[in-house]
Amino acid sequence: MFHSFLIKYAEIGVKGKNRYLFEDALIRQIKYALKKLPGHYSVTKTNGRIYVACPEEYDYDDTVDALRHVFGISAFCPVVCTDDRSIEGIRAEAVKYIENNYDRKDFSFKVDTRRAYKSYPLTSMEVDAEVGEAILQAFPESHVDVHHPEEMIHVEIREQTNIYSRILKGPGGMPVGTNGKAMLLLSGGIDSPVAGYMIAKRGVILDAVYFHAPPYTSDRAKQKVIDLAEQVARFAGPIWLHIINFTDIQLYIYEKCPHDELTIIMRRYMMKIAELIAKRNKCLGLVTGESIGQVASQTMKSLYATNEVCTLPVYRPLIGFDKQEIIDRSEEIGTYETSILPYEDCCTIFVAKHPVTKPNLQIIKRSETNLSEKIDELMEAALASDELIVVGK
Amino acid sequence: MMECYLDNSATTRTDEDVVSLMRQIMLSDYGNPSSLHKKGFEAEKYIIDASRTFADILKCDASEICFTSGGTESNNMAIIGTAIANRRRGKRLITTRIEHAAVSAPMKFLEEQGFIVDLLDVDSHGRIDPAQLESYLGEDVLLVSVMHVNNEIGALEPVAEIGNIIKKKSPSTLFHVDDIQGFGKLRLIPKQAGIDLLSVSSHKLHGPKGVGLLYINRRVKLSPVIFGGGQQRGFRSGTENVPGIAGFALAAKKMYAHQDENYRHLQALHDLFLREISGINDITINGGDVPYIVSLTVHGVRAEVLLHALEEKNVYVSAGSACSSNKPSVSATLKAISVPDDALDSTVRFSFSPHTTEDEIRYAAKCLDEVIPVLRRFIRK
Repeated sequence: MFHSFLIKYAEIGVKGKNRYLFEDALIRQIKYALKKLPGHYSVTKTNGRIYVACPEEYDYDDTVDALRHVFGISAFCPVVCTDDRSIEGIRAEAVKYIENNYDRKDFSFKVDTRRAYKSYPLTSMEVDAEVGEAILQAFPESHVDVHHPEEMIHVEIREQTNIYSRILKGPGGMPVGTNGKAMLLLSGGIDSPVAGYMIAKRGVILDAVYFHAPPYTSDRAKQKVIDLAEQVARFAGPIWLHIINFTDIQLYIYEKCPHDELTIIMRRYMMKIAELIAKRNKCLGLVTGESIGQVASQTMKSLYATNEVCTLPVYRPLIGFDKQEIIDRSEEIGTYETSILPYEDCCTIFVAKHPVTKPNLQIIKRSETNLSEKIDELMEAALASDELIVVGK
Repeated sequence: MMECYLDNSATTRTDEDVVSLMRQIMLSDYGNPSSLHKKGFEAEKYIIDASRTFADILKCDASEICFTSGGTESNNMAIIGTAIANRRRGKRLITTRIEHAAVSAPMKFLEEQGFIVDLLDVDSHGRIDPAQLESYLGEDVLLVSVMHVNNEIGALEPVAEIGNIIKKKSPSTLFHVDDIQGFGKLRLIPKQAGIDLLSVSSHKLHGPKGVGLLYINRRVKLSPVIFGGGQQRGFRSGTENVPGIAGFALAAKKMYAHQDENYRHLQALHDLFLREISGINDITINGGDVPYIVSLTVHGVRAEVLLHALEEKNVYVSAGSACSSNKPSVSATLKAISVPDDALDSTVRFSFSPHTTEDEIRYAAKCLDEVIPVLRRFIRK
């Protein structure tokens, strides 16, 4: 029935002279999302509109699902296109459209016509009236309501004529690839995949780093993180996931530092390592799933202490979210079910019963001097353990 | 590095001869036993032969063997099938606190349907008290279900004694035994022990996964739980898993051909293992009636961490019971034998097969000896 989709984009529309860069990126991302589906989809830009033409044989639901994963699309509409521009042709096509797409026709409607083809013999208003009359004649149970119509029937007259009435919501945001690259600290919990999603939504390419601590964390925990990265990659495009063996650093901190400071010191080293990998990979910032006050390591003082080791900006898109808001978002993007699988992550294995909630940076730094003998060597070893997995290819 | 698989109560490596037989059946004798032509008859013969093999082992009639998709299905069929078929006689069932989930979960389901389930306590070795059973018994008890060998701690239940008590006190009550951890290594003859229903699984004895059987005494009224084409005398519809069933039978035949020497070997492995780990302090052995299951509490070490640390040395064991341990939950068995709370999460299981070697046992013990002190240095405070 439908063989095309009209893509609407919100924020890109307000860009200035570099607007084409955003549009081209959006087209690239749409093509990437549709590449996984069988058949050839053509994605074209004409007169400031993006159209997706579907192959002869295609799955409507799969196509809609793919488009829902493309940042930059604010909405998209399944359209019927016809080459016939005569008013009789348009009237007939509009009736056929209603016939095929609505089980019940007792709705109120309004026709909204736009003419990009300005030399068309009828004005927009006249086309509205013609098409409205045709629909009323064909379906007497319908009626016109120009103020609050239940259905808005859009008619666009261009080189071809487009008819559409359904508007499906896209994820919004900006096309991935229009705004540099960032390194996501991915833990396997609920928060970090959502944080990655939100930053990618602003057009940012993601790399990710996961700290693995065998034998304290299992291969299943690692697989869970790979699966989460795959799920984020459905929106964000391919993600380079770095898996770092963190066990020895963790044990060393455990032996040398006060137990209640363990988590903070560990997180400082995770940030340091993440930043080193980020810089090697030309990332312009770090991304974490932290939210103020969620746990001991995410109080203002703790964030201050972990942030202190970073020179790159650290983006924390969930900073003001409640846990329930984060859960809701993770359910929306489909990462929740995986996130709650019960495999232990390395942040929790040695966590003290009463970790410090108001770490004093001077004291933390003093504790870290206990590590001076071996920590550089262990950091090198951790960086060398980097196992790279590219997900979402 | 030596590979040392000590998780044989979770599953076993499939026997080579079993694999070749199954391969031949899948590629050449692939007929449907219900087909009327020669191909179908050839396939049916495998099923008949397998039934006879098990009838010989269990000293029963071939018509009392019903093949299933495995131990879980056998247990479900025995419990739900008898409850449905006999519900007019009463609504009570009796089982123990240490059953595998394949028994306790269908029991729970029946409770939700209005049946009443009584649980038998166990002592610190994991054994039930026949006197308690006797006090619970009555004509309104439809079924007693007690496992032969506990999967987590290797406790051996006095099933023959239980069978005796039931036949004396309440002859109409049916007796089901989950023999998934005993079959192949011990020999339990249903008719001698007063057992009406007995569940067996193939993959615990070097047979393929996805196949098992339920022995159903001829006097038992049992409703099917799977309906369809009426195969296996209507007890269990569905095209028979011919290669699986034939492989299962061959695996069982091989286990019982060497039963006595296998058992002596398992006993020797067990004694060697305990000797080798005797130098490790602060460990406790739980239960331990059978030589092929060793439940070891390593105080101060989390079981999952120990498991992964051993895994790094190619030693494979399980934490609690592998069948239910993809989600960390507290083991009902360990709780029932009164393992203290702080030790529940510190218990691993080593389970041996007749194919396990003494070298593997020595290697595993050596790895334990190396790993435990390291892990004990780093514990959650």
